[in-house]
Amino acid sequence: METKDLDAWLREFARLVTLNKEQLTELDSAIGDGDHGFNMDRGLTAVVAALDAEPPDSPSALFKKVGMTLISKVGGASGPLYGTAFLRMAASADASLDVAGFAKVLRAGLDGVVARGKAVPGDKTMVDALTPAVDALDAAVAAGASQKEALQAAAEAAEKGREATVPLVAHKGRASYLGERSAGHADPGATSVTLLLTAAATTLGDDA
Amino acid sequence: MKKLINDPANVIDEALRGFAAAHPEVRVDFENRVVLRGDAPVQGKVGLVSGGGSGHEPLHAGFVGLGMLDAACAGEIFTSPVPDQMVAATKGVDGGAGVLHIVKNYTGDVMNFELAAEMVDAESGIQVTTVVIDDDVAVQDSLYTAGRRGVGATVLVEKIAGAAAEEGQSLTEVAEVARKVNAYARSMGLALTSGTVPAAGKPTFDLPDDQMEVGIGIHGEPGRRRVPVAPASEIAEMLVSPILSDLDFTGGDGVIAFVNGMGATPLIELYLMFNEVTQLLAKAGIPVARSLVGPYITSLDMAGCSVTLLKADDEILRLWDAPVNTPALRRGV
Repeated sequence: METKDLDAWLREFARLVTLNKEQLTELDSAIGDGDHGFNMDRGLTAVVAALDAEPPDSPSALFKKVGMTLISKVGGASGPLYGTAFLRMAASADASLDVAGFAKVLRAGLDGVVARGKAVPGDKTMVDALTPAVDALDAAVAAGASQKEALQAAAEAAEKGREATVPLVAHKGRASYLGERSAGHADPGATSVTLLLTAAATTLGDDA
Repeated sequence: MKKLINDPANVIDEALRGFAAAHPEVRVDFENRVVLRGDAPVQGKVGLVSGGGSGHEPLHAGFVGLGMLDAACAGEIFTSPVPDQMVAATKGVDGGAGVLHIVKNYTGDVMNFELAAEMVDAESGIQVTTVVIDDDVAVQDSLYTAGRRGVGATVLVEKIAGAAAEEGQSLTEVAEVARKVNAYARSMGLALTSGTVPAAGKPTFDLPDDQMEVGIGIHGEPGRRRVPVAPASEIAEMLVSPILSDLDFTGGDGVIAFVNGMGATPLIELYLMFNEVTQLLAKAGIPVARSLVGPYITSLDMAGCSVTLLKADDEILRLWDAPVNTPALRRGV
């Protein structure tokens, strides 16, 4: 994967978030403060503008630009969480990534989210989709799967993790004030993470 | 939705323009949405920076001035500001004695201020200390929640820590006073109606005419329970008794009692509530040493109120009585 491929991945993520803005906001209205779709859309629109204005020349520079832009534009909890993930990805990205390198980068991003938000699996957060996705990616790489198969497995694991947040009671963020009443809805953060992994499978899946 | 607005997208910028025009004694950085003391940075004084989502006015910008905050960052409605704003505020108020960040305990606010402190640390030699406010007894503080929310005590911390900084206390000392006020303060709120976020255009939650929500936060988050509307004497009991059972307020120099309006409740009802609160405190043998009544930390046009009690001591009362000169709180000057 070269910088231009990763650029295409994040533009596809931005497109999917804009497309699903209403759904993300509805999920967030049910258990949070109803601004996740709006905030992520604002942040990713700024990301696309920043990439257009000055195309980065390495994966590391690309991830750094994405992280800094999200931190500056999103606000709320999602800005620092996604922003920290991309900054950690920037710090661990080589000049060109194979699927194993991509798995390492994504793992660094997950570690960043956990360090910033202090959530563990089962807290009903984005970690519940990102953790199984990164684990599935590692497992597929270890089993010698192709890039396409590995990214497909990661996207499917994220979606399963997202669905598994429905019955959970939230332990983090504003949703935690709801207690038992937070059960019965998918977590909006886990939902946007699933879009990120879906975008990876569709844009980075053909370069095996 | 009936509101005195133009385009909902421009509410914050247009309100900041009006704030700047009404209060020439403060300086407004429109690009960063930061309100600063006109004389910032004050050399040799610890700088106090706070901020949070908009919609809680006069908190925080209304408390920028002598004896209180040096700068306040305004986020989108009910959404934390971003680190760039906090970095600009911190650099703008540093007078060489360090900067205290006063942060209400919400996941977004805490993380954005944390990132800002890391960025300030990486970019400059400014020393930053953070105090997190979490006084809301309606939320269980446990491993299974984001912890108690920062509500009414925020106003008291900003006043008292601001006075300590104005006296020339060090960053460590000012942070210690702020933490003490937070540790000694407890709050509980109630909503009669929901507020309406301009961009949403409809009330955040549905509350039937004959119901009220006990234990609400300041963003339209749900409360502990929904109950039939009751007389003020019973409402006061619902707010004061969980506070008194959470912390022992007896045996000190009494309390600073703060009855706060949520935005749409008239002052006459807040004074009526204050009367009820003082009667309950008298019954519990707790003297009211000082008081504050009015809409100081609001939730847009929500009707309702919150009660905050702060256990007082000599130091707290001395700093409470110190002069303050801000758009929303002014006395002794």
